[in-house]
Amino acid sequence: MHMLYPAIRLLPFLLYAAFLPAQNSIPFIKKDQLAYWKNAETDTVRVLNFWATWCGPCVKELPAFDSLQAKYADQNVQVILISNDFRKNVEQKLLQFIQQKGLKSQVVFLDERNPNDFINLVDPSWSGAIPATLILSGRNKSFRFHEGELEYAELEKMLLEIR
Amino acid sequence: MKKTTLFFALLLAFIGMAFTFGNDHNGYHIGDTARDFKLKNVDGSMVGLADAKKAEGYVVIFTCNHCPFSIAYEDRIIAIHKKYAKKGFPVIAINPNDKDVAPDDSFEKMQARAKEKKFAFSYLYDETQEIAKAYGATRTPHVFLLDKNRVVRYIGAIDDNSEEPDAVKEKYLENAIDALLAGKEIAVKETKAVGCTIKWSKKK
Repeated sequence: MHMLYPAIRLLPFLLYAAFLPAQNSIPFIKKDQLAYWKNAETDTVRVLNFWATWCGPCVKELPAFDSLQAKYADQNVQVILISNDFRKNVEQKLLQFIQQKGLKSQVVFLDERNPNDFINLVDPSWSGAIPATLILSGRNKSFRFHEGELEYAELEKMLLEIR
Repeated sequence: MKKTTLFFALLLAFIGMAFTFGNDHNGYHIGDTARDFKLKNVDGSMVGLADAKKAEGYVVIFTCNHCPFSIAYEDRIIAIHKKYAKKGFPVIAINPNDKDVAPDDSFEKMQARAKEKKFAFSYLYDETQEIAKAYGATRTPHVFLLDKNRVVRYIGAIDDNSEEPDAVKEKYLENAIDALLAGKEIAVKETKAVGCTIKWSKKK
């Protein structure tokens, strides 16, 4: 039973990933959520990507994150695409974007006004430029942070290094 | 005895160096003296810090045409120049983006944008990206406030709310300039903001 537990917990997510083409609403998160993810004791490895629909390099690397999510979904890996779009664009532009692109990874909107409050929380080395990616392993309390675009191979390497 | 003292002195020096090099970014830090430059302005002239006569300081802003955050701040940059140039703190805007990577940031597009928005400040093209690298700019917009001796006194964001100018609570840059003008200590010397990455040239 103990062995099964993580799989059961992931079930809703797996069902979600398998049957829904793309999400139809976007959860808003606060910086507390980032702090929670950073400190969570969990078997799930979280891949947090900071992006925006208007950011060219971010959009370019999204398929790599979706591929990673698809490949590792059954191995306790969860990709979370954290949008830094303008708030006024969330309901229309962002939602349309993820539906048009058919993004399978979870997209959330970071509802914080002042980036100075959360950038250092994500990683002190982050200048604030996007894209930026933080991979967190709650099991062995390790992480990898990267500012700038990633190719799939680099992303997978980062994941495998800490998983 | 002397050897021990020397050992500890060296040890301290190494620890100091480790902290210095372990800092999170390259380029200038608060207290560094910034270099001058000569870059092509949208009016065709070559402009540098030394060209700002009677300057009490310099508001160097790395920005560009295409980035939505730069666009969101455009009117605020215009207003800051209008308010502070006469007090000796002119805005010097620098576009550090490679035109092959970001075609909207070519020199011709800069000229068009400056004309359209009637920029009263210099809008310079850092074609070799040498100045952005020397300063340690990583995103647009990215502000470096220098005093009249070109000492870096503030680095970071213009204010705390890019999307809604009316909801701004902390005008970081204006507060820093006001403090310099009043001869007071700057309360917040460094801030961070989400911005577009600088589009570095792909040519090596």
